[in-house]
Amino acid sequence: MSSSSSVSSPRPRRVALFVTCLVDLFRPSVGFAAIKLLEDAGCTVEVPPLQVCCGQPAYNSGDRASARAIAAQVIDAFEGFEAVVAPSGSCAGMLAHHYPGLFDDDPPMKARAENLAGRSHELVSFLVDVLAVKSVVARHDGTVTYHDSCSGLRELGVKDQPRRLLESVQGLRLTEMKTPEVCCGFGGTFCVKYPEISNAMVAEKSADIAQSGADTLLAGDLGCLMNMAGKLQRLGSPVRVRHVAEVLADMAGLAAIGEPEAKR
Amino acid sequence: MQSTAHDFKHNVDDALADPNLQDSLSKLKVGFSERRRQAAERLPEFEALRDAARDIKNHALANLDFYLEEFERKVAGLGGHVHWAPTAADARRIIADLCRSVGAKTVAKSKSMVSEEIALNDHLEALGIAPIETDLGEYIIQLRHEPPSHIIAPAVHLTKDQVADTFLEHHRALGFTKRLTERNDLVAEARHVLREKFLKADVGLTGANFLVAETGSSMLVTNEGNADLSNTLPRMHIVLASIEKVIPTLEDAAVLLRVLARSATGQESSSYTTLNTGPKRPDDLDGPSQYHVVILDNGRSSVLGTKMQDMLRCIRCGACMNHCPVYGAIGGHAYGWVYPGPIGAVLTPQLIGVEEAGNLPNASTFCGRCESVCPVRIPLPNLMRHWREREFERHLTPRAVRQGLALWSFAARRPKLYRRLSGLANRLLALFGRAHGHYRTLPLAGGWTRFRDLPAPPAGGTFHAQWARHGGARTRP
Repeated sequence: MSSSSSVSSPRPRRVALFVTCLVDLFRPSVGFAAIKLLEDAGCTVEVPPLQVCCGQPAYNSGDRASARAIAAQVIDAFEGFEAVVAPSGSCAGMLAHHYPGLFDDDPPMKARAENLAGRSHELVSFLVDVLAVKSVVARHDGTVTYHDSCSGLRELGVKDQPRRLLESVQGLRLTEMKTPEVCCGFGGTFCVKYPEISNAMVAEKSADIAQSGADTLLAGDLGCLMNMAGKLQRLGSPVRVRHVAEVLADMAGLAAIGEPEAKR
Repeated sequence: MQSTAHDFKHNVDDALADPNLQDSLSKLKVGFSERRRQAAERLPEFEALRDAARDIKNHALANLDFYLEEFERKVAGLGGHVHWAPTAADARRIIADLCRSVGAKTVAKSKSMVSEEIALNDHLEALGIAPIETDLGEYIIQLRHEPPSHIIAPAVHLTKDQVADTFLEHHRALGFTKRLTERNDLVAEARHVLREKFLKADVGLTGANFLVAETGSSMLVTNEGNADLSNTLPRMHIVLASIEKVIPTLEDAAVLLRVLARSATGQESSSYTTLNTGPKRPDDLDGPSQYHVVILDNGRSSVLGTKMQDMLRCIRCGACMNHCPVYGAIGGHAYGWVYPGPIGAVLTPQLIGVEEAGNLPNASTFCGRCESVCPVRIPLPNLMRHWREREFERHLTPRAVRQGLALWSFAARRPKLYRRLSGLANRLLALFGRAHGHYRTLPLAGGWTRFRDLPAPPAGGTFHAQWARHGGARTRP
């Protein structure tokens, strides 16, 4: 299970992993895959213990006060690290784009939020854009399709980076959906507040996944992945669903999302 | 128009169960976005033009009083009249008075979303004045007594067959007894019927895409040329527009036109771009003898200088709804009032109250596709979030959501407690989900499991538990 990056010898960076609450609760392997990828690229990875959630559920529900309190906690937890990396475009986007605006009336905190924003990255774009990783050593036999999760794509410009690294995975063939950039209908609390609309969106996404002919669906955000995996399973689809980091870290031997572990 | 925005969830159920609507939406989702993408790609400076368009509108909004007064001066100098309407009722009264002053029986209208906003047609009909919609889409929905479902394609929710049935029903009395099946034949029949009505109309009423302060012109783009007949044939031309339509110069209009058509329909420019600059002059061959511009506020000025001001940059291209996956799933009528889609979710709470329209800014995944195509770069998700904040402050957020959120954020602010709770949840979900790897039903998770399975976590504990167990750094499962 060893893999290495083709990057010559980047100076070791002290990187903090922002695990994200969904990875912590539902898919710990994504966190370990992230650590492996970062270490292989020459980083020293730490997992600050006081981290919890980025605060999006409160922020996107209009509860600005709670979002601020949680953001302040995250800012404290990640003080002093060269980079903060999350295996999620959504959570990284929250840190990188939305935290400073929460402290418009508190200049010292705003400065700290801006400082954190500048150090915050989505995992795969950090590997490619910052660490100049060009390839991974991993194997995955089959045809995969990649869903561009909204925040990663539109807030952080994550589009080509995962595809470039996937190209280096042996045995892997990438096939595109017709509309990989259209939202899957997850949207955090949206999917339970407006389940009918969310269902219509994820049903359409599932049809697009099916017509792509891929046997595996990948993406960089666990919320979207759980939504799509859950719908595909409800529909009886044979398509398996994984976080892109698991494939890049050569950990795809694990049961896919929502699959029983016996198949391991 | 009577709002049903408060009944959003019911509207959504209806929309999702309507096969004709779903058929129409499936075409719209692909067509508009693909044409817009191609148009943007053909123009290398498109992104720079979007910046310029944003800056023009920002400048106009920052100096709105100046440009509106400048516009009024110019219109007066041309022999026209500007009427200020603080509210929808004021605008209705002003227009009705103008119509009655010339004894109007019929008003030929070209498409105007502001006239929908002030429910003008119902008002005129009640006064015995017949409004006739001359935009093909507006004409179709007028026959069907429906509101528009899209700001530039008002009948986009209908299939060709539905239009054929509607025409047969309403045109039979005029001698058109054959049910048409070809698109062009339907258009030809509508044109024939409408031409008669243009010729008889006493007043022409149009909207405006822009009001140009330096010349006093109102500018209008259409693809059907109907506006040109509405404003040249009748004796009186009334322009109905809202305050944020004013821009400084014709040069500015040229920039905005370049992003408008490309964003809306993927055209380089709309088929007809018309400038109306005052009433008929002595040497003109045709034109109205009276020219009136009714300028509506209706609550817009109260967002000037606030975080919400950005919504007033909108040039009504419809790109946000064409690219919105929520609009694509439910169509425009589900939004329950005049303006659907992302811009509707931002404007409607401002215009009719967040109590009435509170669902609209919540029914978004914040996917951001609207903002990514907006020609004037309105930060639509941020503005929707502002509405959610206002609702939360005023305790309008549903109680179940508030309580759930309060519990969650109580825990999220206490990392040790949160860790214990997520550890417990992880173990329970892993234990009972072990056999299948996912749940088909789960107590308290019905919103999720009604339509999809819930993946179960694998055994072994949360990430943090595993990390701690293995002593941290360089440990792999």
